[in-house]
Amino acid sequence: MTRQENKTLLIKGGHLIDPAAKIDAPMDILLREGRVAEVALPNKIRGAADEKLDARGLIVAPGFIDLHVHLREPGQGYKETVATGTAAAAAGGFTSVCTMPNTAPVVDTPEWVAWLRHPERGAVVNVFPVAAATRASRGGTLTDFSALQRAGAVAVTDDGKPILDEEVMRMALRLGAELNFPVVQHAEDTRLTENCSMHSGPTSFRLGLRAAPASAEAAIVDRDATLAQQIRESRLHVAHLSTSDALKAVRRGKRAKARVTCEVTPHHFTLIDENVGEYNTHCKMNPPLRSSTDREAILVALADGTVDAIATDHAPHALHEKQVEFERAAFGITGLETALALAITKLHREHKIPLARIVELFSAGPARVFDLRGRGSLARGNFADVTIFDPKKRWTFDASKSRSLSRNSPFDGWQLTGKVVATVVGGKIVYRGD
Amino acid sequence: MNKPARGSLLGIEHLEAKEILGLLTLARRMNPLKSRPLLRGKRIVLLFYEASTRTRSSFEFAAKSLGAMTTLVQSSGSSIEKGESILDTGYTLRGVGADCIVMRHPSAGAPHLMARHLDIPVINAGDGMHEHPSQALLDAVTILKHKKSFKGLQVAIIGDILHSRVARSACHLLTKFGVRVTLCGPPELVPDVAATLAPGLRVTRHIEDALRGTDVIMLLRVQEERLAGQKIHLQDYTTRYQMTAARLKLAKRDAIVMHPGPIIRGLELTAEVADSPQSMIRDEVHNGVPTRMAILARALGRAR
Repeated sequence: MTRQENKTLLIKGGHLIDPAAKIDAPMDILLREGRVAEVALPNKIRGAADEKLDARGLIVAPGFIDLHVHLREPGQGYKETVATGTAAAAAGGFTSVCTMPNTAPVVDTPEWVAWLRHPERGAVVNVFPVAAATRASRGGTLTDFSALQRAGAVAVTDDGKPILDEEVMRMALRLGAELNFPVVQHAEDTRLTENCSMHSGPTSFRLGLRAAPASAEAAIVDRDATLAQQIRESRLHVAHLSTSDALKAVRRGKRAKARVTCEVTPHHFTLIDENVGEYNTHCKMNPPLRSSTDREAILVALADGTVDAIATDHAPHALHEKQVEFERAAFGITGLETALALAITKLHREHKIPLARIVELFSAGPARVFDLRGRGSLARGNFADVTIFDPKKRWTFDASKSRSLSRNSPFDGWQLTGKVVATVVGGKIVYRGD
Repeated sequence: MNKPARGSLLGIEHLEAKEILGLLTLARRMNPLKSRPLLRGKRIVLLFYEASTRTRSSFEFAAKSLGAMTTLVQSSGSSIEKGESILDTGYTLRGVGADCIVMRHPSAGAPHLMARHLDIPVINAGDGMHEHPSQALLDAVTILKHKKSFKGLQVAIIGDILHSRVARSACHLLTKFGVRVTLCGPPELVPDVAATLAPGLRVTRHIEDALRGTDVIMLLRVQEERLAGQKIHLQDYTTRYQMTAARLKLAKRDAIVMHPGPIIRGLELTAEVADSPQSMIRDEVHNGVPTRMAILARALGRAR
């Protein structure tokens, strides 16, 4: 996609919510050369723009950033590609996505990081690779953090698997501290979760499924939060946090002024283990859907600031990987196109979390977690990444119309409120809704 | 995804008491020795992904007593071995003319998956640790042969409840009729969460507590093959939970002893208990055929 130089875009008549800049007011925005040129009160921007976007009745927000997506390339293009995954991201209002390295092969070299960022991948939004923390994500030898960072990786992780060995985690955090590089932990004590396909509780007992205890997550977060307190300047980010006890460990780390951050997925704030129902494989993911108590703790933490970001853990799978016995089904669901609507429907409308906080969780919050400079806020000079949405629009999600290559969503057919109207990346409209 | 075809029997949990009573009445009317060709010309597939003696042979006899044709498909020696998915196997069996599939599978929920994609009834003959509805029904038939009704009954289920599909189905069935059910065993085999399975369940760690005043004692085998790394000390288990003649005296004088089999003499029960006049273990097996005749007749719409 070639960007036309000097083209200007005026977003007019909208209500700007930019939490990092403490703006929650009607504002017009002028974008020029891929940057924010001007933010001004309505009708104060003079001069003609090449293009205008009428945002009356709409919320204008800094472009959304998803810290956790699986775009499946390299190697698993039958599930998703960078092109299809970023198209789904654009439709969901995300202007930047951070890709997980658990591909085939694992993204553990600078070459693969560069490959992911290459224009030939056909990305329509910004792609920030997260590289493997250990070689082939086997949990043993650390990768070359410095080379990965120079190639454009924004963090490291062995996502899909934990960095289980405490010594390896300590070394990763130490090296990360030297480079100001976040280490993302998939917190799961896999010694406690072997062959488990859901959360341990009344539902797993009823269904006769082997189940993972909540403590398998909390134990690792607890250990890592302690490490993060011990290692100065280290940056620990807890991926897809799902339990009440893990939140307690994050709070403890934050209180001790350690650089501990965490993300929560829309499905963990929307659904609970009971939703597995009669073996619905679209409710099978890792970490699993948890108890209602865990969900309530997450809702509190989203409101009170403990949670830094909403991330989708978008995990596309082909039909044949989900239309099998529950225990054999692949873990994960798609999430890019439903994230904002679930946040508005569940967090804002049901639980009265202010829209400004939701926008923060999608923009300024994640930008801080991975230090994405010039993003997460629409201050003048920042990147011209903008998400425009209608917080009141009611619509029904139809998974068969998804831009993702896969359809594995538990929200198919759900009536939701809040819809993306336009997504702007680098000053260019990459998605227009209806 | 569709609703399971009429006549499917995937579990006891979602059946109404009325439907269960209908099946029990029908089972009592079925006589395997006097064949009634209710299902003449029907094709019933016995699809077994897991070993079985009792369930498989009694479903087969039940089908044949009703005049149906049966064929047995097992994971070894079929396309399943070559990696065919469960649904493709289902479509294939439907294609060759199956009118009903009786299915046993090591994975919980496998029959549900099959039933949602096929337009013929699917009978769950045991799915992983989930349910074993035909066993619960034949156990209910057995209980009602010896007790007037479910009213006021007290039942103790002792042993490996965590891994038992029989226990889950039995709990659902009995509690639907107001039976007071006590689950008994060590926490590794009877976690506290077991009490949430159905209303009216109680968990105790003491076998004496479970047995006192009980009308029915259901014993379960310790399923070592499902323990998955968890260690359980079998000697401790027998000391604390083995059903012995002495312990049997704690129950009501006319209490009956049941066990879905296979039994391991000297482990969950002594040989004396297994062979005592109060033991209905062989009676249960015997009741399996008429009960499964009723299930198949209902499945294929010939329940009159």
